[in-house]
Amino acid sequence: MDFLVFQYPMITIQACLDGLLLGILFALIAYGMALQWGVMNIINIAQGDLVILGGYIAYFMYLYGIHPAWGVIVSPIIMYFVGIAIYKLVINKVVDRDLFISILATFGISILFMQLMNFAFGADVVLANSGYGTTMLFDNNVVLPNSKIFSAFISIVFAICLVIYMKRSKLGRAIRATAQNARAAKILGVDTEKVYAATFGINAALCGVAGALISITFTIHPYMGLPYTIRSFMIVIVAGLGNLPGVAMSGMGLGIFEEFADYILGTEFRIGSVFLLLVLILVYRRFKLSRKREYLK
Amino acid sequence: MNKNSWILYIGILVFGLVAPFIFPAFKVQLSILCVLIVLATTWNIQGGEMGYNTFGNILFYGLGMYLCASVQVGMFFPLAEWTESGGEKTFVHTPSQFFQGMAVGLVVAAVVPTIVAGLIGYAILGLRGHYFAICTLGLGVAAGEISGGIEIIGAGQGFTTPPFPNIGGLEARGEFFYFLSFGALVLTFIAVRAIYTTRFRLILNAIRDNEDKAEAMGIETMKYKITGWMISAFFCGLAGGIMGGLVGYIDSTDVAFDGREMGVFMVLMAILGGKGTLWGPIIGATLFHFFKEGFWTFFLGWQYVALGVLIVVIVIYFPEGLMGWLREKYPERFGEVVDEADRKAQVELK
Repeated sequence: MDFLVFQYPMITIQACLDGLLLGILFALIAYGMALQWGVMNIINIAQGDLVILGGYIAYFMYLYGIHPAWGVIVSPIIMYFVGIAIYKLVINKVVDRDLFISILATFGISILFMQLMNFAFGADVVLANSGYGTTMLFDNNVVLPNSKIFSAFISIVFAICLVIYMKRSKLGRAIRATAQNARAAKILGVDTEKVYAATFGINAALCGVAGALISITFTIHPYMGLPYTIRSFMIVIVAGLGNLPGVAMSGMGLGIFEEFADYILGTEFRIGSVFLLLVLILVYRRFKLSRKREYLK
Repeated sequence: MNKNSWILYIGILVFGLVAPFIFPAFKVQLSILCVLIVLATTWNIQGGEMGYNTFGNILFYGLGMYLCASVQVGMFFPLAEWTESGGEKTFVHTPSQFFQGMAVGLVVAAVVPTIVAGLIGYAILGLRGHYFAICTLGLGVAAGEISGGIEIIGAGQGFTTPPFPNIGGLEARGEFFYFLSFGALVLTFIAVRAIYTTRFRLILNAIRDNEDKAEAMGIETMKYKITGWMISAFFCGLAGGIMGGLVGYIDSTDVAFDGREMGVFMVLMAILGGKGTLWGPIIGATLFHFFKEGFWTFFLGWQYVALGVLIVVIVIYFPEGLMGWLREKYPERFGEVVDEADRKAQVELK
């Protein structure tokens, strides 16, 4: 099996390129996860379902004859308000409570969204056809859909815009201040409630962008949300909070791992291998940390 | 234990023994209720007493389910042929084979998850808080996805458990599984109640309240955490084995490792009743099951929407559960001494 990887270098190149382009998308979702985790100390299990919802917005535009690439603009705007609504209804009640409460509450939201999407859009696997064609490399041995290149490019653009926004704008500064110390920020006149709402909205908007891109390049299905949550959680814990290059790198690494797992183990074990990798990373992290935790803080 | 509680226990026991004959139409529902109570009570050992909120007990439940059915079939017939194309039509268990298989299967279903829990527990019980919660969530889903790819236990198409044998025209399937699950419930209750009177519970509570401090006091926290997790796994595996026979059909993601249903239910039931109490999960499971069976038919197709809303509402508004609410209202009944003057002073302060 591992011979296959070395005997056919074209497959290796194909898997690496696919994984790289996929991983950039994962990194975009993980960036949203890192943002809300760092600022609000919340782990949002419904992250993946927000992604899928964003994907369905682009898919519907495709159904009504608009080119799905416009979903990249429309979907984050709609998702921003969806995010604000979720924040106002649920998240602001759990934000300063026990972490498990927030995990369970967002798990409930996840189940709710999953089922509502199932009713609204049906249980079929769908994709929005962008009609971008493909690029052939290495004597037609490596096939690269242009939509994947497009989606990777758009995610990089969005990520750079967001980083600049967080650095330069007033709201970005307020968000970073709240992440550092919510109480001190409050004393200095930052409306933390508004900052939290905006953070959750921005996270949802990022999910919307990623979802629209996923509906163009891959497929979407109402029940496919949880794997995206787990992937972004994994990327964030590998990279660490607030380490943007790390998020990008580990996102791409995860993408490549997944493509190889797909080739070597078979497609039916793809999702299973992602979840197992999460467990392995956490266990490794625990044994690494337990060496450090010899002293009392 | 005083006289009143003896009367209560004996009353419940007698009710449990005669229930299938009083309500013959609800035998299956009562059996499921027993299984749910077992799951909620054992979840409470982790989530309530130890403070390690897990989504992963579903792993042991599903493992027990697959093991019990596989042993029951594999003892007498080739397992691969059975699962390949509806083997239950070609091979028929005689009554003695069925009961022998069930007995051995249940023992295996209880023991193997316990060992698995010990091994996994050593690796992951060092994780704290949300890392632990997400890790166990990942374990449960991974188990479902992987078992859905293994051919010998039916892969994607599912695994039919041996049908209940027909003994001389007597239809006793419902009664058999009811008494099996009720027996498991009684066993679990006795075991958990016995554990809760010992120092072990105090140690678990110490771990919940402040693990570093407990460690500094000289408690080997890891040992106790693993033991608690293994006790849970034992009963979860047993419950899974019984449930597999009761449902009659095992599917990897919809029945066995059903994190979206059973895996959340056990957490929800324990929280609804009140974490960290003996009776809380039992009351929570009963209420939840009544609600679920009563309203599920009205919400036909919308169950999961209702479930999602229910989770959010319970978690936001009743995080302490029913027992916690009662405890706040009537602290005297829980053996807490309330200083009347102190309480009045507090009310005035508010």
